[in-house]
Amino acid sequence: MRTIAEDLPGHPFFAGLDSDALALLAGCAVNMHARPGEYLFREGEPADSFFVIREGRVALEMRLPTGAAVLDTAEQGEVLGWSWLVPPYRWTFDGRAVDHVRAVRFDGGCLREKCAADPDLGYAFLQRIVQVMSQRLHSARVRLLDLYGAS
Amino acid sequence: MNAALATSSQRVVVEDPMVPRSFVVTRTRQDTRDTATLWLTAMDGAPLAFEPGQFTMLQAYGVGEVPVSISGDPADDGVLQHTIRDVGSVSHALATAETGARLGVRGPFGVGWDVGTARGRDVVIVAGGIGLAPLRPAVLEICANRAAYGEVTLLYGARTPAERLFTDELPRWAAEHGVAVHVTVDRSDDSWRGPVGLVTGLVDRVVFRPELATVLVCGPEVMMRHTAAAFLDRGVAPADVRVSMERNMKCGIGLCGHCQLRELFICQDGPVLGYGLVASLLTQAEL
Ligand SMILES: Cc1cc2nc3c(=O)[nH]c(=O)nc-3n(C[C@H](O)[C@H](O)[C@H](O)COP(=O)(O)OP(=O)(O)OC[C@H]3O[C@@H](n4cnc5c(N)ncnc54)[C@H](O)[C@@H]3O)c2cc1C
Ligand code: FES
Repeated sequence: MRTIAEDLPGHPFFAGLDSDALALLAGCAVNMHARPGEYLFREGEPADSFFVIREGRVALEMRLPTGAAVLDTAEQGEVLGWSWLVPPYRWTFDGRAVDHVRAVRFDGGCLREKCAADPDLGYAFLQRIVQVMSQRLHSARVRLLDLYGAS
Repeated sequence: MNAALATSSQRVVVEDPMVPRSFVVTRTRQDTRDTATLWLTAMDGAPLAFEPGQFTMLQAYGVGEVPVSISGDPADDGVLQHTIRDVGSVSHALATAETGARLGVRGPFGVGWDVGTARGRDVVIVAGGIGLAPLRPAVLEICANRAAYGEVTLLYGARTPAERLFTDELPRWAAEHGVAVHVTVDRSDDSWRGPVGLVTGLVDRVVFRPELATVLVCGPEVMMRHTAAAFLDRGVAPADVRVSMERNMKCGIGLCGHCQLRELFICQDGPVLGYGLVASLLTQAEL
């Protein structure tokens, strides 16, 4: 079976990181899976994870009086979670598996330590996270325009 | 020339592009809350052949006339199909027309998707909202000649699951014609298990050869701009990205200047244009 360190270079998020950096990061990671409907994390709980989704889809939801609203989805090939990087390290949404999800889960505390100890790695990791954040922010902003909606 | 006169034994062939032909609504379907599809047949019995991506000037008598793309099957020129979203007075009259109602039709006009030139290539079709209607004839033509094309993908973004169009056909295009169909919505509901997010977020999933890909895009201009940029980033040449432009129109035949965008008359040079030609114009308001 392939190790996490061997698998990571194939993921676009990790493209360009050298094998030493990948080995360091893989030290923070475990494989996990979630059944449909299972929560990977809940709003308000300590955010101690960063996920690389290998299979399936995760819905980012917010609980409303009328039920849960899906704000976004992340799936195979995407990454999920940056609350572990931003104090007070709490999830701001629920993350629910829509179907069977296989993912690599990185421990947020461990990642923070590694990034703090190795600023080059920290910068490279942050650059990648900021890119994901900026894509998600862009998507949220454009959707605010309600382009397909009432004119 | 004026509308040709007819004897009882002749079909009436109207050759003046400013004179509408009368069509009768033979069937209607409410697709979504505000969008309906009409099936129309010509009162004069003459067929109306069209190219995918072309439009007609569709007239609700006594209310007004607006450009509407043809959403039907180009292989069936005996029936004219339009899918219309109710956004104002004329589109309301059209979208709520009942079976038996008569409508005026001029056209078909304009330059379409020119899908034939994409034979041998991968085709990526990207639709946003009502934009799937003008693309449906292109999908049908490709499906009818599926072996002539490489990978074919449809990316479709809708506001909500309930506002998706042609929901019965999307799975058929996938299952029967090998079209990779990906649908995303801006806002989900309890029934939806698919992706939530922008249609541009689907671009990374598409399998295609950038140097051999033709991309057809129709939707709101902001969506078309971002979609084109995403494909350009993946190495597709601007000329291989085709977008369908919308501008106010009156004559539909390059006479009145209503649809003019710099040197282009959208009704005649378009509505489908290479992105390379219109990239700098997509941000401009109408003149
Ligand atoms: C080439 C071409 C093809 C088209 N194909 C289709 C089609 O297949 N199906 C379809 O439903 N429509 C299509 N349209 C758009 C259609 O022509 C307009 O919705 C129509 O002209 C609106 O006229 P109205 O009198 O109903 O509304 P108006 O009274 O003119 O406008 C009412 C409100 O709707 C807004 N509005 C006007 N045009 C649009 C628009 N295009 N999109 C969103 N909001 C608008 C106005 O800003 C205004 O707020 C096409 C337009 C073009 C140029
Ligand atoms: S609508 Fe008259 S010139 Fe285009």
